[in-house]
Amino acid sequence: MRFDDRPSATLRVAVIGGLLFLHLPILLIFLYAFTTEDKSYEFPPPGLTLRWFAVTWNRPDVWEALELSLKVAAVSSLIALVLGTLCAAAVSRSRFFGRESISLLVILPIALPGIITGISLRSAFNLFDIPFSTLTIILGHATFCVVVVYNNAIARFRRLSGSIIEASMDLGADGFQTFRYVIVPNIATALLAGGMLAFALSFDEVIVTTFTAGQQQTLPIWMLEELVRPRQRPVTNVVAMVVVAVTFMPILGAYYLTAEKVARR
Amino acid sequence: MTAVAAVNSKTHGIWGRISDLMWRKPGLLVATLLSLPILWLGIIYLGSLFTLLLQSFYSIDEFSGMIRREFTLKTYGELLSPANFDIILRTFLMACAVTISAAFIAFPIAYYAARYARGRLKALFYLAVMLPLWSSYLVKIYAWKLILAKEGIVNWLVSELGLSFLLNALLSVPVIGGNSLSVSYVGTYLVLLYVWLPFMILPVQAALERVPTNLIEASRDLGGTQRQTLRIVIIPLAMPGIIAGSIFTFSLTLGDFIVPQIIGTSRRFIGQAVYAHQGTAGNIPLAAAFAVVPIVIMTIYLWVAKRQGALDAL
Repeated sequence: MRFDDRPSATLRVAVIGGLLFLHLPILLIFLYAFTTEDKSYEFPPPGLTLRWFAVTWNRPDVWEALELSLKVAAVSSLIALVLGTLCAAAVSRSRFFGRESISLLVILPIALPGIITGISLRSAFNLFDIPFSTLTIILGHATFCVVVVYNNAIARFRRLSGSIIEASMDLGADGFQTFRYVIVPNIATALLAGGMLAFALSFDEVIVTTFTAGQQQTLPIWMLEELVRPRQRPVTNVVAMVVVAVTFMPILGAYYLTAEKVARR
Repeated sequence: MTAVAAVNSKTHGIWGRISDLMWRKPGLLVATLLSLPILWLGIIYLGSLFTLLLQSFYSIDEFSGMIRREFTLKTYGELLSPANFDIILRTFLMACAVTISAAFIAFPIAYYAARYARGRLKALFYLAVMLPLWSSYLVKIYAWKLILAKEGIVNWLVSELGLSFLLNALLSVPVIGGNSLSVSYVGTYLVLLYVWLPFMILPVQAALERVPTNLIEASRDLGGTQRQTLRIVIIPLAMPGIIAGSIFTFSLTLGDFIVPQIIGTSRRFIGQAVYAHQGTAGNIPLAAAFAVVPIVIMTIYLWVAKRQGALDAL
């Protein structure tokens, strides 16, 4: 939709207002990490300090939560990568009975509210006496991460022309060689982008995790505890800022990986 | 080189034969590819959903507090008790309010990005939506806790501008008001709107990108003003995108139990009811029945959306 007329003043105001609404609250997080105030959320901050970064650095509970979160995110995004790619390959390459149901099945864990996924898994784990552990967290995370990989992979599979696969086969490569030398190089960046987004999704997930975690604390669970019963506000401020900074990286990375490919075509 | 490869594939042994078989029978290839994901999602996800559904037909024994494992609709009946029905109604109305507001705020941004933004600016718009969408859910809620707190930035700004009377007037409105913004429905609404707004912008923008330029030009040529073109041509064509976005905002608001717990009144939403009943109360059947409510609402919603052709815009 191209048009050469000028946007009206009302539109500009609405756009700027909307974008400020989206971004100012997150920027505020960066300010509060430096505040000297440690009892309340006073604005403007009475003074700025770097002290809380050192305090946070020396907190074992924060490190443990971070470690668990990274571990869970790594394993779940790997599982999601395999499952999502297999699904996307099957759905994009052929038409078969129940194809629509497969896409629905993949999307469902994210289309239904997280609390439903969470309580379903919890009641199933309870019913079969599966103890809550890191494993149950991963089971939940991998399930809803599949859709992110699937979406990225299927978009790339659709652009991947079927003729280059046929060409590879005609030139004598078998299915595995075609996969290794033709398909993988073509879909690699999409998979990497999907994997990164799945990682970010898992790293941040709290709703399903509250139902599938036992005594373990992932970083979001740690934050939730602080939100419900604030005990160390300055440490929470710093953790919040670090989480924002850390999650931006995979998002930007995934963006450049997929945008670059589009521009080249 | 090619001749060598062709010969090689014959001598590949078992793997070569598997590969040949897959090529001859594409159905087998699809089945192999799908087996793992289907097993995973089918057993872990659908299996769990099914156990949840099953438990909603059980009931709890009032005297022993034990779950009676026999089929009954009694638990669903409990949903209709005034207290529980209030929870459902409150959640539903909040989801409507959030969805409608999100559509109004999202449309100008999506419209500008689709129609006026080019090159670098377009990429910037995309990132400007993606970053808030992907940044941590809890950090976003935390930011609003800072904003709405009594000593926070809103109260500071309002008193600096001498507008405290306006804020107090808003807070004294019955039902939506409260002692302060962070313990009122207004606060809950603002945070839910903030958290789910980006999910509305992307599908609306995608739908607007697909509006053909010649239809807009035709409308202008036929004497339609900018406003008329927007109302009669552009908005109806963007409707599938708006509905697609509303699926996310609606569904996500229906199931949220963290926002109303941290910022809001003590009156519960569906998510909180589910959480409370499965947790300390140990009333899994009632929790399951409550969880079925969003599933039913979303099924109806998706069915209507599908008839409007909105699912292709996802």
